[in-house]
Amino acid sequence: MHTHIRNLITFLACAVILPWTPGCSYRSPGDQNILQAGNGAEVQDLDPHVVSGVTEHRVLSSLFEGLTDADAATLEPVPAVADRWEVSDDGLHYTFHIRPEARWSNGDPVTARDFAYAWRRILSPAIASEYAYMLYCLKNARAYNEGKLRDFDQVGVFAADVETLRVELENPTPYFLSMQNHFAWFPVHQPTIERFGRMDERGTAWTHPGNLVCNGPFILDDWLPNEKLSVRKNPYYWDAGSVLLSGIDFHPIENLQTEDRAFRSGLLHLTATIPLHRVAVYRRDRPEILHIHPYFGCYFYRMNITRPPFDNPLVRQAFALSINREEIVTNVLKGGEQPATAFVPPGDTKYPAIDVLCFDVERARTLLAKAGYPDGQGLPPVNILYNTSEAHRTIAETVQRMWKENLNADVRLLNQDWKTYLSSMNTLDYEMARSAWIGDVADAVNFLECFQTDVGNNRTGWSSPEYDALIDQAYAEADVTKRSVLLQQAEALLLEGGPIIPVYFYSWKFLMSPEVKGFTPNILGYYRWKNLYLDPGE
Amino acid sequence: MALFLLKRFGEFVPTLFIIITITFFLVRLAPGGPFDSEKRVSPEVLAQLEAHYHMDRPLLRQYWDYLSGLARLDFGPSFRKPSRTVREWLLLRLPISIELGIYALAFSLVFGLGAGILSSLRQNSLLDHGATSLAMLGICIPAFVLGPLLVLVFGLWNDWLPIMGWTTPAHKILPSITLGAAYAAYIARMTRGGMLETLSQDFIRTARAKGLRESRVVLRHGLRSGIQPVVAFLGPATAGLLTGSFVVETIFLIPGLGREFVESAFNRDYTMISGAVLVYAVLVMGLNLVSDIVLAWLDPRIRAR
Repeated sequence: MHTHIRNLITFLACAVILPWTPGCSYRSPGDQNILQAGNGAEVQDLDPHVVSGVTEHRVLSSLFEGLTDADAATLEPVPAVADRWEVSDDGLHYTFHIRPEARWSNGDPVTARDFAYAWRRILSPAIASEYAYMLYCLKNARAYNEGKLRDFDQVGVFAADVETLRVELENPTPYFLSMQNHFAWFPVHQPTIERFGRMDERGTAWTHPGNLVCNGPFILDDWLPNEKLSVRKNPYYWDAGSVLLSGIDFHPIENLQTEDRAFRSGLLHLTATIPLHRVAVYRRDRPEILHIHPYFGCYFYRMNITRPPFDNPLVRQAFALSINREEIVTNVLKGGEQPATAFVPPGDTKYPAIDVLCFDVERARTLLAKAGYPDGQGLPPVNILYNTSEAHRTIAETVQRMWKENLNADVRLLNQDWKTYLSSMNTLDYEMARSAWIGDVADAVNFLECFQTDVGNNRTGWSSPEYDALIDQAYAEADVTKRSVLLQQAEALLLEGGPIIPVYFYSWKFLMSPEVKGFTPNILGYYRWKNLYLDPGE
Repeated sequence: MALFLLKRFGEFVPTLFIIITITFFLVRLAPGGPFDSEKRVSPEVLAQLEAHYHMDRPLLRQYWDYLSGLARLDFGPSFRKPSRTVREWLLLRLPISIELGIYALAFSLVFGLGAGILSSLRQNSLLDHGATSLAMLGICIPAFVLGPLLVLVFGLWNDWLPIMGWTTPAHKILPSITLGAAYAAYIARMTRGGMLETLSQDFIRTARAKGLRESRVVLRHGLRSGIQPVVAFLGPATAGLLTGSFVVETIFLIPGLGREFVESAFNRDYTMISGAVLVYAVLVMGLNLVSDIVLAWLDPRIRAR
């Protein structure tokens, strides 16, 4: 009680006095060598087998490390916990050699068994991991995860000894090595997991500060929910010598304006994103802090092909041809986005991007007439469903105008909150819906597999046996060039009368103080934290 | 008085029960569930998740389980924050929102009462007009304008005050002013009105005629009766301050319950919404009860009834 009274009096005194005392600074960066990073939403948890999402990925990639890591620029696999590996000629068998000096943050050695244990854990049905599908490239992993197979020994992972991990894949997966830096593949420390619960138990306290044992460049120091999550340098990390930061403070700031103000007041070195309208201001006034890089994501409209008028492929194509993507990107978004002339964004080095979509009003009108709606006559009204966001609304208004002008179509806007919007999409209760896909791995198949028949992410009712077959063939194809050709054919099929209208390719936009060094952009928005350092000299 | 209290408590419990029930069913009727996301989870995983949170049981059974949990003060696990329970989370968040509410209330009382008394004493003076206009402004400017404005002036243009977080006393100044400003303005107007009415009454004239010092007349005799509207307003005001902090918490990045409440509703974190609603309901009803009791104690007429 006394402390409350004291606090109250201090507060009142401050309220009266402080506004009149200029000159005293509250911008105390504390330890100069700790990176202050904005991180969007509050992390749900720190269990790599339970979480899903970008904010969690950022934090987890500072705490844990997989068999390989990705080069910050090219995303090519580089040695991490495994210092070398061999791949069989058919691309189905991998042998990883765990580096003997790899340690957990409590000093225990990291072994091949830790990986086998972790993969068994994420694939256990009971833990209900939303990202377990990332491991479906392992032999029999899917059957085990879906409860159809009980014996984990039949799943394609085997710890031959402490330092040797053998992996067998279902299909040759060219991106298998480069996705090892995704949290779904991270090892976990068995004694720690089992000190707080069963192996496959969700939501135990092992992830809380003081309990968490990890193997990455940083360790968990403190986690004040909705306030700050602090990680500090891990002295047991095998490559601790090259980690230059003393730590990172992740600030969960969901509101874009609030994050922007925090950066401007000097509280953050790095933001998660930028409000749309601030991009032009920073471009003019402070271009040195504004970062805009290509991002492996596509913004598109889904069409429900179970409802008129989009049950007709000609109508779908007409709509796709009659939006001016260049205008949307240059006049509406203005943030370095690229017009989407395909569904797969450029960036997969193995996949030559195709260029199918264009802006061709004449052809669109012809197609619409052929579909039985000359000059839009008789075309039923169409609702564009979008979740609450200023940007989504602005883009929807722009395409609404374009379709009115070019096709004489009666397009209306329908706004729903995030979960209602998802529910409408899942139950196919919409005509057209704003959508997005951000790649988990830099591979075209990650985009294209969404539209196979009956895949959960399809959400359009679209089904093409030809398309399904092409994707399945691509899965089984070991030759990278042949695989790309198959995927290109599939993508062309998806875009010509398929259920989607790509609008633009995302850009990765954020603010970074000039004192942050060692940053290299990449198309997955991946931060390799151990490369970063602070140099306040400039 | 005892009967009055008993009656009010008798209303308290059934109201709370109705609120719990409506919330429980309403959140589950809303479209979309806690596990819907942009990248859709497979039916197998979804079934496992629902089994984990006992959502595969019949709804009435879930309701019964929830009620029996509440009886043990167990609010259930959070759907969105797997390693935390709702109780743990509420205990972490609620004190911060209460602290913010108390400071905002203190601010609004000090400035509201002060401005109200001063302008009633110098009616139609420049001071009075100034204070009245300022109060009008305070009522009109919403927190989502005032907050960023204060941040701009005190945090970005001048490096005077911290603008984010909830750690040192200095961090608490701008959020408390932002939250309390509108209430300070209301209180100022009420105090001025109440005081003007009181100061023109006979017993004040008597007090002055007896030769009492003006300060004693105003503070001892005038204020006691003059602030009665303010006291009546204080219950709902406190409840409003404690529950209405979402905007301020978002602007100043305060880890309070207001933000949690809104976010959990958007995330369909069923147990968290129910828990937060329950806490807010207890707060609002409890504070109104306290305000009624204080009013009864201040005013002999109510006491006699």
